Amino acid sequence: MPETVPGAGYVLGALFVMFVVTVALRAAPFLALSVLEGSAVVDFLGRTMPAGVMLILVMYTLRDVDGSTWLPATVGLVGTVAVHLWRRSAALSTVVGTVLYLLASLLWG
Amino acid sequence: MRADTLMSMPDARTTQIRAGVADSWAVGLGLVPLGLAFGVVLTQGGFDWWWAPIFSTVIYAGSMEFLAVGLVTAVTPFASVAVATLLVNFRHVFYGLSFPLHLVRGRFARLYSVYALTDESYAIVAPKPRDGLTGTRVLTVQVVCQLVWVLSGVVGALVGTVLPAGLTGLEFALTALFAVLAIDAFRANRDLPAPAIAVVCGLVALVVAKEQMLVVGLGLFVVCLLVRYLYRTKVSRA
Repeated sequence: MPETVPGAGYVLGALFVMFVVTVALRAAPFLALSVLEGSAVVDFLGRTMPAGVMLILVMYTLRDVDGSTWLPATVGLVGTVAVHLWRRSAALSTVVGTVLYLLASLLWG
Repeated sequence: MRADTLMSMPDARTTQIRAGVADSWAVGLGLVPLGLAFGVVLTQGGFDWWWAPIFSTVIYAGSMEFLAVGLVTAVTPFASVAVATLLVNFRHVFYGLSFPLHLVRGRFARLYSVYALTDESYAIVAPKPRDGLTGTRVLTVQVVCQLVWVLSGVVGALVGTVLPAGLTGLEFALTALFAVLAIDAFRANRDLPAPAIAVVCGLVALVVAKEQMLVVGLGLFVVCLLVRYLYRTKVSRA
């Protein structure tokens, strides 16, 4: 344990706080939804949310791309999308995209 | 019972578990480098390796765990820890709106499913057509993701600094995975406005609040979808 930390009790206490807040956030919508069960708006969100959330997650994971990494990131992303449109296998597209990214990083890194 | 006889059993549950494992392995690929990195960060921060499974099990939220190492080392007051967690994990509030928890049966299983509702398990489960999904498959995805995450964290903590530097690029697997899932989710519904709105919201969030990009981007996106829903119902009633 780092010297600054007073003891395992403090660490476990801090972890417990993070556990409670995280689980509460994850549970909150379900408690709210039990009131809205089967409503049209929940159905609408269920259909429209996933694709958009994935795109925002893509942008989030690429937020630190800069002058030296944009080219490998573009190569990796285009490769992933192309292979996925072609073969429709999530695993294959992910592996090919990542390998392309690593190769491109070696070439231009 | 031997493994091969188990697999040949015409058991719906076994089929569902195998489907769940198949759904998850690409994500596992993306989680491994992140898990390893977390283990390394933890031990370099001065913690013994066995803290890695404790962190990964109690918190089980990747980005929060990286932050937790710094927060705990700095002996941050519990109230500040709570606020930091609230900000970092606030995005999870949006996931429950479109996660098929109703498929999961049993009180304990549902509690686990809520606890294990990470970015990755949402990403795998939410875009899938509901008619092909079962509670067993959803739970399998979540258990596999957590196993991969916890185990890679332990390995990272044990091997520590001997990790090759080239491993850093592997986290691109997560980007590739989210791109793949975006395509699959789009194919399921063929709704063009929603992803277009999402890209705009993401760009706005990157410009106005890069550090809180996920919370701001997702929040904006949900608000825009709700406005669109209200507008559509209003138009169809008129």
